[in-house]
Amino acid sequence: MVTASRALARIDSAVRGTPGLLRRVLGSAEQGIDELLERLLGESFGERLGRVPLALGGAGVDPFGLDPQWAKYALATVAFLHRRYFRSEVHGVENVPTGRVLLVANHSGQVPLDGAMVGAAMFMDAEPPRIIRAMVEKWAVSLPFVSLLFARVGQVVGVPENAKRLLQQGEVLLVFPEGARGISKTFDQRYKLTEFGLGFMRLAIETDTPIVPVGVIGAEEQYVSVANVQALAKILRMPAFPVIPQLFFPGGQLPLPTKYRIWFGEPMRFSGDPDDDDAVIDDKVWLVKQTIQSMLNRGLKERKHIFW
Amino acid sequence: MARTNHTTPAKKPGAVLVTGICGRLGKQLARVLHRERRVVGVDRRDFTDRPKDIDHAQVDIRRTKLKDVFRANDIQAVVHLGVMHDPRASAAEHHSWNVAGFGKLLEYIAQFNVSKLVVLSSSNVYGPQPSNPQFLAEDAPLLGGQNFSDIRDLVEVDMLAQSFFWKLPETETVILRPVHIIGSVHNAPSNFLRLDPILTIMGYDPMAQVVHQSDVVRAIDLALRPGIRGIFNLAGPEPVPLSHLIKILGRQRISVPYSLARVVLRRLWSLRLTTFPPPELDHIRYVCMVDDRRARQVLGFAPSMSLEETVLSVDDGRW
Repeated sequence: MVTASRALARIDSAVRGTPGLLRRVLGSAEQGIDELLERLLGESFGERLGRVPLALGGAGVDPFGLDPQWAKYALATVAFLHRRYFRSEVHGVENVPTGRVLLVANHSGQVPLDGAMVGAAMFMDAEPPRIIRAMVEKWAVSLPFVSLLFARVGQVVGVPENAKRLLQQGEVLLVFPEGARGISKTFDQRYKLTEFGLGFMRLAIETDTPIVPVGVIGAEEQYVSVANVQALAKILRMPAFPVIPQLFFPGGQLPLPTKYRIWFGEPMRFSGDPDDDDAVIDDKVWLVKQTIQSMLNRGLKERKHIFW
Repeated sequence: MARTNHTTPAKKPGAVLVTGICGRLGKQLARVLHRERRVVGVDRRDFTDRPKDIDHAQVDIRRTKLKDVFRANDIQAVVHLGVMHDPRASAAEHHSWNVAGFGKLLEYIAQFNVSKLVVLSSSNVYGPQPSNPQFLAEDAPLLGGQNFSDIRDLVEVDMLAQSFFWKLPETETVILRPVHIIGSVHNAPSNFLRLDPILTIMGYDPMAQVVHQSDVVRAIDLALRPGIRGIFNLAGPEPVPLSHLIKILGRQRISVPYSLARVVLRRLWSLRLTTFPPPELDHIRYVCMVDDRRARQVLGFAPSMSLEETVLSVDDGRW
């Protein structure tokens, strides 16, 4: 063990020793990125990041592993998409209260860019800027690099204990109660909410957290799915197998540059017994679902064009 | 001598029996406890540099001689540290020592009406898994044995102690589940941090909690107070990424892909070149952290050592 690791260390130090140049190049690249960001987004990114309320420990990392130095690059990417690519319009972000809050949004677009754009809106347009937390699948956490990246940018394993703890810590938690059903909708079903899960409502009642309904318009048209081949999805053990014709055209792999419109509604508060029967919880969930649906309907009516 | 005479009357009645007293943690605990109360040690090993007022019985806890120790001393409390962790001992020896031996101990505790039992379990009983919540509470399932069979004994000891809550409610049973104990002790996490360079798995950097051995000793002392019972997770300073622990030590770090690390470690293990069983690699891949709010609120425990002091203490007493 020791000899093997010594030998490896020798190689390692040799690799590291050679180019101080590389480090300098990387260093200037980092500086370059910072400057580019400022020019692109028209404000100091670092200064914004500094104002995010975070529960950081001594190592500069929060208890769930979120590291602002890592999050910076993820946020920069989504901020670019938000401002330049999708040119998102954000309405009602001032409705989001400070402190713990559950953002409940419709899920669409085959690829979870809607989550990223809500995150970008909360960081770029909310005051103070917030970094949203979301829950990821358990299997993603078992993958190398992916697990590390997710943890450092603030994503946590999707178990109820984590959600509770994050809310107690005063964070913004984004949930998509439609789950995979929502994101893999075919084009004919666009902007029709599918069945909502009940877990988020129990969580909100138990932790006395306000719910902010969020309507995301524009994601449905980024990838047009004409069919969902359930049988193939089952064989490949994927949640869905969408058929997206644009993928076969050059450049069509990128999402279509639709214009996103993100609507934040008024906070809703619920009380009662978090362990109540499904039927009772379902009534409360229905209220949230109807609110989001009517926000979507109104937003669609006001929208003049998909792309601008 | 005059000092001893002076302190003796202040000691509380009844003795504390400490199993596994000859381990590094056991010796430290003995030094703290013997100032206040009579300490009786039980261990297979010889207690060479023991303080004069500690009685030591060099017996195997599976032998009936253990009963004589209970008979001869007025035992009021038992601290069970004597869980065998030697990764090289055979599975049968491990099991008979840890489970059968502990069963014997429990039998005598019941028979001699011992009013307190403190068992040092470990947060390893929860096991590192990708699906773990970031902070495991005391009621989380004990899945440590799922991928790492050597830990099953410890899970069983923990469960046996739990059954004592209702089997013998007169005895106040306390189970302590500390996170990785760091210090001069010879356990896997301390040995791991003593490696130079330290091996990590490429693409993983889990959050980790550590606790200093002296803080564990203090927690055991707190658990011996009357009225304390139940299960307590123990954690030290705030959680940090594994890479930060290595940074504090200032050691070199090499990252190896998991598949390679596993193959190499298996080979080294079968050749008896390492003391790390291959399944322990999961500890440097996945999170296994505890929620220690109960210990802070009920036990009144708070770590006294800072993160730096805790981590740097692995190099104490190296020879």
